[in-house]
Amino acid sequence: MTQTVAVIDYGMGNLHSVESALREAGASDVVVTADAGAILEADRIVFPGVGAIRDCLAEFRRLGCDKTLRLAVERGTPVLGICVGMQSLMARSEENGGVDCLGFFDGTVMRFPRNHSDTDGTKLKVPHMGWNQVSQSQAHPIWDGIEDNAYFYFVHSFFLAVAESDCVTGSFDYGVKGCAAIAKGNVFATQFHPEKSHDNGLKLLANFLTWDATC
Amino acid sequence: MSLAKRIIPCLDVDQGRVVKGVNFVGIRDAGDPIEIARRYNDAGADEITFLDITASHEQRDTTYRTVEQIASQVFIPLTVGGGVRAVTDIRRLLNAGADKVSINTAAIFNPDLVRESAERFGSQCIVVAMDVKALDNGSGRYELFTHGGRKPTGIEAIEWAQKMADFGAGEILLTSMDRDGTKDGYDLPITRAISDAVDIPVIASGGVGTLDHLVAGFTDGGADAVLAASIFHFGTYTVAEAKAHLAQSGIAVRV
Repeated sequence: MTQTVAVIDYGMGNLHSVESALREAGASDVVVTADAGAILEADRIVFPGVGAIRDCLAEFRRLGCDKTLRLAVERGTPVLGICVGMQSLMARSEENGGVDCLGFFDGTVMRFPRNHSDTDGTKLKVPHMGWNQVSQSQAHPIWDGIEDNAYFYFVHSFFLAVAESDCVTGSFDYGVKGCAAIAKGNVFATQFHPEKSHDNGLKLLANFLTWDATC
Repeated sequence: MSLAKRIIPCLDVDQGRVVKGVNFVGIRDAGDPIEIARRYNDAGADEITFLDITASHEQRDTTYRTVEQIASQVFIPLTVGGGVRAVTDIRRLLNAGADKVSINTAAIFNPDLVRESAERFGSQCIVVAMDVKALDNGSGRYELFTHGGRKPTGIEAIEWAQKMADFGAGEILLTSMDRDGTKDGYDLPITRAISDAVDIPVIASGGVGTLDHLVAGFTDGGADAVLAASIFHFGTYTVAEAKAHLAQSGIAVRV
């Protein structure tokens, strides 16, 4: 069955990688767009994001993508948020002096502590950059065929603590326990970049492409 | 569970062709950056760095096309550096599919380029590359050099790393010009000093010749990632052998 995946393009960076990875994962028709009609017509929606969250959300709202996304979520369209896309779905972020986000999930995104260190005193660099293991704290169809504690590629300085939400489906350990993935109904979102996570990431995207939007 | 230490093969590319050829078994075209990047992707490299050494600015359209093609076939992070002078260069490389852009000489002449691009595109995609040499006056001081290690800048290396981190760099690529090409191992004292001095990740580069050098880069140098070219290109070691050796030495790697 031919399906259309809309990658929401709100002008904040390169979406080429996301588009290429979706095609590699089996998507036959990928549109990169901010157009409400095209997004609402799509069978699945990807909400990517890189950069500063205040600028991301300002552009997202200016283009009306917030209303479009809300409508799509209400209609039951499967949605995948990535990185700042995931953070934007939360209630609030402390980045850029504090930003109200889209509120699809409760919880506040915070910065990793200054002078961050591990429990044994090892200095931990920020951004949290590189491959870390994801513990699958809740079963979910998106994890099908992916081993527990598989490596995914992260790059971020702000994170959601797992204690902030009951919807966390995957966690990472970096001196603190952070949310690697969060899910509710037809929305699944990851802090890591599946499009940069080699075989595990491509498998996750393939699972998203066949997901029936149930948990 | 912990963040894995990264191994990053580096390709030198001139007008869309890999120079310092790559010697893989069964490779069709040792100069094709796309095929080589795909091989490293399949071999378990954690990232790929692409250093564009194309001299002429006019010929850089080839670079953008190459980056586009790599990015559509390689699903691990891609850093592109070389000849990055302005915000527009960074935007073009990111739009072509680079995940990170490495700024070297331009950061020295215009440090605000780092600040401006980090604000615009996010620190996560701004790498500052530093070419350093130890001063031979017994001071233990390291300075930043340009032009392949020929021109001193008078800038002290550790202070520069801290300044670039303050300006919003997301990562530092530290190359020892004393060690580059020697196979004597990374310059561990300066790698350790800079890694300790900044909160952002540091990539060690220059001088790797053995797998123990990679280990030392992490343990003694405190690096978060290691860059290597010739040991992988000439088939001395595979990425898998490197990772197995690191794992045996107690270093967390992605396998």
